[in-house]
Amino acid sequence: MILFILKRIGYAAPVALGVSLVCFLLVHLAPGDPLSAILPVDATAEMQAQMRAAYGFDKPLPVQYGLWLWKVLHGDLGTSIATGRPVLAEVGRAVGNSLILASVATLIGFTFGTFFGFVAGYARDSWLDRVASAIAVFGVSVPHYWLGIVMVIVFSATLGWLPPTGAGPQGSGNWFPDLEHLRYLLLPAITMSVIPMGVISRTVRALVGDILHQDFVQALRAKGLSEFGVFRHVVKNAAPTAIAIMGLQLGYLLGGSILIETVFAWPGTGFLLNAAIFQRDLPLLQGTILVLAMFFVTLNLLVDVVQTALDPRIERA
Amino acid sequence: MNAPLRNATTAADAALVEVRDLTVDFLGGRKAVRAVGGVDLTLRAGEALALLGESGSGKSVTLRALMRLLPESRTRIGGHLRLDGHDVLALGRKALSAYRGGTVAMIFQDPGLALDPVYRIGDQIAEAVMRHEGVSRAAGRARALELFERVHIPSPARRLDAYPHEMSGGMRQRAMIALALACRPKVLLADEPTTALDATVQIQILLLLRELQRDLGLAVIFVTHDVGVAVQVADRVAVMYGGHLVEVGASGAVIGSPAHPYTSGLLASRITPDSPKGVRLATIPGSPPDLADPPPGCPFEPRCSLVVPACREGLPPRVPVGPGHAARCVRLGEPVAAG
Repeated sequence: MILFILKRIGYAAPVALGVSLVCFLLVHLAPGDPLSAILPVDATAEMQAQMRAAYGFDKPLPVQYGLWLWKVLHGDLGTSIATGRPVLAEVGRAVGNSLILASVATLIGFTFGTFFGFVAGYARDSWLDRVASAIAVFGVSVPHYWLGIVMVIVFSATLGWLPPTGAGPQGSGNWFPDLEHLRYLLLPAITMSVIPMGVISRTVRALVGDILHQDFVQALRAKGLSEFGVFRHVVKNAAPTAIAIMGLQLGYLLGGSILIETVFAWPGTGFLLNAAIFQRDLPLLQGTILVLAMFFVTLNLLVDVVQTALDPRIERA
Repeated sequence: MNAPLRNATTAADAALVEVRDLTVDFLGGRKAVRAVGGVDLTLRAGEALALLGESGSGKSVTLRALMRLLPESRTRIGGHLRLDGHDVLALGRKALSAYRGGTVAMIFQDPGLALDPVYRIGDQIAEAVMRHEGVSRAAGRARALELFERVHIPSPARRLDAYPHEMSGGMRQRAMIALALACRPKVLLADEPTTALDATVQIQILLLLRELQRDLGLAVIFVTHDVGVAVQVADRVAVMYGGHLVEVGASGAVIGSPAHPYTSGLLASRITPDSPKGVRLATIPGSPPDLADPPPGCPFEPRCSLVVPACREGLPPRVPVGPGHAARCVRLGEPVAAG
C-alpha cells in the first residue's frame, strides 16, 4: 500500500508540473501586456523597458518559467498588483475560507445525497424513489446563484434569521469556528450543498440499484443475514465510488463557486478570482489558479488512495 | 434465536423436504406470470434429487421458493412447503433468517457473482457462522478454516484472506460450498453449480458435492439442464417443463426408460460417446411455452409429436409407470417412441 501511495505521488508530480506551466502561460496568453495595467498611459519606451526588466519580462520564456517556478517552490507567488500585498497571503486566506465553505457544503451534500440515494436505490420505482429523485434532479439543475438569492430573500430579508453576506461580523474576512461565524456560514453552505447532494444522490441511487441486483446480495440473504447485515455489504460495495465522487465534488466546489461566493460576498477563492479578473490582477489570478489546481491534484491523489484502500479489486502495486 | 416448535408428526415423517402443490406467480407485469404451476416433491435425508429442465422451465424459481429468496413484493408463492418441520411460507422475519443458512443453504451458479467482491472469503464464512451461532469472529474464522480443509482447498489458511477475484473459478465454487455448509444445514440447494466452470473442474466439483452429501447425510436438490450431471449426482430425477414436473423417478429409470415424450426428446438431443459423427443432433421442434399465456392442457402439447385431443383438456394426471416413477402424460400405457 505504501508503495502504491509513493507511486501515485510519482504520477501526480508531472501533472502538477504541467498545471504550473499552464498557469504560468496564462499571463502570456491573456490579451494585452500584463504591465500596461500598472504603467501610466503616457509611459516612455525607456520606462516600459525598465519595468519589463524589473519584472523579468525581458528574459526568454523558458527562463522566466524556471525563475517563476523556483520562486513558487519557495512559497513566493509574487505581489498583487491591485493591493500590493503578497499573493500567497491573499490566496491562503481565501483558500482557507473556501475550504471551510466547500467542506461543509460537501459534507451536507454527501450526508443528504447518500441518504436520498440509498432510499431511492432501495425503493426503486416507488413513490419514495420518485420524491428522492426529484430532489436530486432539482439539486443538479436549479441555478445556484438564483437559489442563493432566494435563500437571502427568505432567510435574511424576510425572516431575518441569518446574515445575508460576509464570513463574519463586521465584514470579518477570516472565518473562525464560533457560533457567530457559523451563522454566516449556514446560508452559502446550504446553497452550495445542493449541487453535490444531487450528484451524489443520483450516483448512489444507481450504485445501490446495481448492487442490489447482483447475485451476491441474494447469496447474503441465503446465508441468513438480516436486511441490516445485507445493507452493510451494500454500503461497503458502494463506498469506493461514492467517496470518489464526493472528493471530485469537493474539488469542483473549491474552485468553481464564483457565483455563490459572489452572491454571499464570501471572501473565498471564487470571490478572489472574480476580483482578480475584473482588476486585471494577473499575479493574483495566476497564484489563485495555481493553488486551486494543486488542491485538485492533491484531492485526486487522496481519492485514488482512499478508493484503493477500500476496494480490494483495484491493483495496489 | 429460539428454535421454532417442531410438529410432533414430523419426527415420524421420513420426508425432510415436503413440497405440495407449489405455485409461484410473478406479479408486476401486465399479467401475472405463473412460473411454477403446482409442483409436488418429497425428499428424505441423505437423498439427492436433480431438477432437470431447460431455461425458463421454473427449476431455479422452485429452488428459490424453497428459501423464499424471490422478491416478496413481486412474487406470490402458494401451496405447502415443509422443510425439517418448518412451515416455510409461515416463517416470520427472524425465523426465516435462522432457517436460511441454518436449515437450508444454497450454492449458486456463478461463484464469481455470488460472493461479495469486497470482503475476504474467510470473513464471509465467519459472518454466517457468527450470525447463526453467536460465536466470536475468531471462532467463525476457525470454522471457516475447517471447512476449507473439508472442501479440499489447498493452503486453506492463506486462502481465507483472499478476495474472491484472487481465486480461480473452481476454487471459488469450493469456497461457496464451504460457505453453504458453514452452519451445518440439512438441505443443500445447488443451482447449476457447475455451469459456469470448465469441464475438468465440473467433474471435481460434482465429486466433491457427492462426497459431502454422503458424508454429511445431506438432502440435496440439484438444479441442472445437463442430463449427464443429473445422472452423476442424483438418486432421483425430476424433469421440469413449463413450470410443471412432467416426470419423476429414480435416475436410472428415468434415463433408461423415459415415460414422458419431453424426457425422451431431451435424451435424444444430447451428445453421448456413441452419437454418430456427422449426423445432426435431434432437436425438439418449437420453443418453450409463454408462461404468461400457457397452453390450456399439457404444457408440452404444442411441441409434442404424440398429441391427441385429450392433451388439450387440462393438465394430464400423474400416472405411475414403475416403483417411484411417474409421469404426467395422457398417452402413458401406449408405447412411447423416443425422438
